[in-house]
Amino acid sequence: MAGKRTIRTIPQARTPMREQDPQARAKNFKEVACGYSVEEALREADRCLLCPDPACVPGCPVNINIPEFIRRISARDYRGAYDVIGESNLLAAVCGRVCPQESQCEGVCVVREPLEPVAIGRLERFVGDKAIAERWASTPYIEPNGLRVGIIGSGPAGMACAADMAKAGCEVTVYEAFHQPGGVLRYGIPDFRLPNEVIDAEIANLEKLGVRFECDTLVGRLFTIPQMIDEMGFDAVFIGTGAGYPQLLGIPGDSLNGVLSANELLTRCNLMRAKDFPAYDTPVPLGRSVAVIGSGNTAMDALRVCLRLGAQNVHCIYRRTRTESPARAEEIHHAEEEGIRFHWLTNPVAVLDDGHGNARGLRCVRMELGEPDDSGRRRPIPIAASEFEFECDVVVFAIGTNANPIIGQTSKLRLDRRGYIQTDENLATSMAGVYAGGDIVTGAATVIEAMGAGRKAARGMKAYLGLRDPDAAVPAGSLFGIDLRERNFARVRLVPSSR
Amino acid sequence: MTAGDGGGAGGKFEIVAREDYSDLTYMLEVRHPMMARAARPGQFVIVMSHEHGERIPLTLADFDAQKGTITLVIQAVGKTTREMQRHCQVGTRLLSLVGPMGIPSAVSKAKRVVCVGGGLGVAPVFPQARAFKQAGAYVIGVLGFRDKKLVFWEDKFRKVCDDLILCTDDGSAGMKGMVTKGIEVAMKGYRDVDEVVAIGPPVMMRACAELTRPHRIKTMVSVNPIMVDGTGMCGGCRVKVGEQIRFACVDGPDFDGHLVDFEDLMGRLRRYAADENKAMQRWTESCRMGGPGEPGARDWKALAATPPESAIDELVLPDPFDDAQGG
Repeated sequence: MAGKRTIRTIPQARTPMREQDPQARAKNFKEVACGYSVEEALREADRCLLCPDPACVPGCPVNINIPEFIRRISARDYRGAYDVIGESNLLAAVCGRVCPQESQCEGVCVVREPLEPVAIGRLERFVGDKAIAERWASTPYIEPNGLRVGIIGSGPAGMACAADMAKAGCEVTVYEAFHQPGGVLRYGIPDFRLPNEVIDAEIANLEKLGVRFECDTLVGRLFTIPQMIDEMGFDAVFIGTGAGYPQLLGIPGDSLNGVLSANELLTRCNLMRAKDFPAYDTPVPLGRSVAVIGSGNTAMDALRVCLRLGAQNVHCIYRRTRTESPARAEEIHHAEEEGIRFHWLTNPVAVLDDGHGNARGLRCVRMELGEPDDSGRRRPIPIAASEFEFECDVVVFAIGTNANPIIGQTSKLRLDRRGYIQTDENLATSMAGVYAGGDIVTGAATVIEAMGAGRKAARGMKAYLGLRDPDAAVPAGSLFGIDLRERNFARVRLVPSSR
Repeated sequence: MTAGDGGGAGGKFEIVAREDYSDLTYMLEVRHPMMARAARPGQFVIVMSHEHGERIPLTLADFDAQKGTITLVIQAVGKTTREMQRHCQVGTRLLSLVGPMGIPSAVSKAKRVVCVGGGLGVAPVFPQARAFKQAGAYVIGVLGFRDKKLVFWEDKFRKVCDDLILCTDDGSAGMKGMVTKGIEVAMKGYRDVDEVVAIGPPVMMRACAELTRPHRIKTMVSVNPIMVDGTGMCGGCRVKVGEQIRFACVDGPDFDGHLVDFEDLMGRLRRYAADENKAMQRWTESCRMGGPGEPGARDWKALAATPPESAIDELVLPDPFDDAQGG
């Protein structure tokens, strides 16, 4: 498009993304949204006003230079667009798929009502997919600095931190307890939302940067964090282990067979391939009628997985309304299209026993919304004498997670009251050289927020290690007579001779 | 990244020794120097033998920091454990071996301790017996097996126990009767027993706990519920302990036997019984056909490509919960 773009000259309607037909996709694990073609991407890129002072960039937890990458798409410089995203985010194909853009970049886009915002997420995915298809990788020349960084957890926080530390020249090792890397991207998010090939490609990119992945390693138990620093020669450590300790329902009957956490369902199905049982050995409880409790992204994933496993009726039980639901708007929309039944303002009070220790149904109570609570959302209150029962043979709870206790059990790191790791504003923990970020610090959040935390911790770690952040402003003036612009301070350290 | 071609040479964890104690019970010694150093009594590992396999928890039966190996004793009762019995030979590798997991057993300052192992539970109670002995306790071992043919590790226990009571259901070795009878004998012989550690099938552990409850003797048990990740993430291994729900993988696996709700534990262990039978049946059939079942010649891709069967035929199997648990 030549000339200046204005709100009147841009294509008015947001370019829709092709999707698998709801009827068909409810029966398979193939990806739901098919992605933009080149033409579609170019058309959508034309809708960006390329604001000189964009609102979307601060709206992004990792501050991707959004107008710049979109400008490159319009100029058909896709590789350039990928490099622009790559400056802030190594996982374009992942984030384009799983970020809640409507509450981040797209939520503050100046193209707004009555128009729909620029489909930034879809454009990011277009670029990320193109990079995978064309096997592009940002492999800058990296000068090794001889410093070693250990990262605990290979999920989004760990991956983002690993990328930044590797680019800074550190020798990075990522430890993962499962037999495959990727964390929640691998065990949690199902194939139809994030195909395994995308995760593999992103991990391969990290490996090209020199990052080493060590699976089957439970840090804390196989070796401790103090051991990593004192004995194993790591100069800094990042903890990105995730929250991962599912909150239980705490209602009668919650230990009946057929009642399981969304984490268990999703891990069995995604990581252990229970959807292909018995060709794969791990089973998953199959129900005719399934109730999923909760309405976050994990709940949406659980609902849609159950549908694909062959459940006839899949119900979503949530005590508030659709407005308060924390899931991505698109996921709720997709779930509805596929035939998930939503029961808003409904709360379970008991799981019913069939007499043989299996779940046969749920007793629920209707709710109404009262005054706003601490989270700013209106508090749901049960309506008296509104209890009712309905049949289901599998109950999945997706009502959040608590802090995983392993790191706390095996180190002296300072934790908060609820067991999450305490950090300062740079994400440094109470132990020198040890940083933490993601769900294990904040409690359950999104993939991109975890990645943002990983990057923030990386900045802190670079400062701690005496590595100058190439992005940071160069400090002017002098300190003890040394011109700060001239010097790149390297931390003085003893190199153990037994390396 | 982890590479694996189905448990053959592709895994990372080499099996360096194997011994078969009976038709069902076998011992694997696996090289993992770091784990051998880190392991403590009462901890467990999760094993995955090949890419299509499931993750199964196994309590560590022994570990040797000098040799750099850990020891697992396994009973072939389900699909995975039978498959491992066939394929896990010296020189082959496990795809995945992660651990040591769980909180190590608290080796208390008890002076007189009875360490009870039933069936496969004999193996995991060994490190605890040894640790109590090293801590200066007078250790009485009570080992229970169905019959003489199944007895293993008697010598190993004699080395760390001050007294050993061997029980078999049919009296073909040691005294006749279950381990509970052995505990009664021990309590009669030694009136000052401070602590009992019992590992075995849930029914056995419950019986032990009930036996010691009137005497108010501290009784620790090691539960082994169904697990997936072993890191606290899935909640599948939750058990009722007193008023609380605890996760065996990160809050256990050792709990106070007087507080564990064994009914709940046994009920939850039956969750996948039908699926387990199905997997087992499929596997036995594939073995009969030869081909994929032959050692070293498994064709998992072909197996994966075959359409899943819809009908589950009744297949009578030994109840896996009678024998499999406690290991």
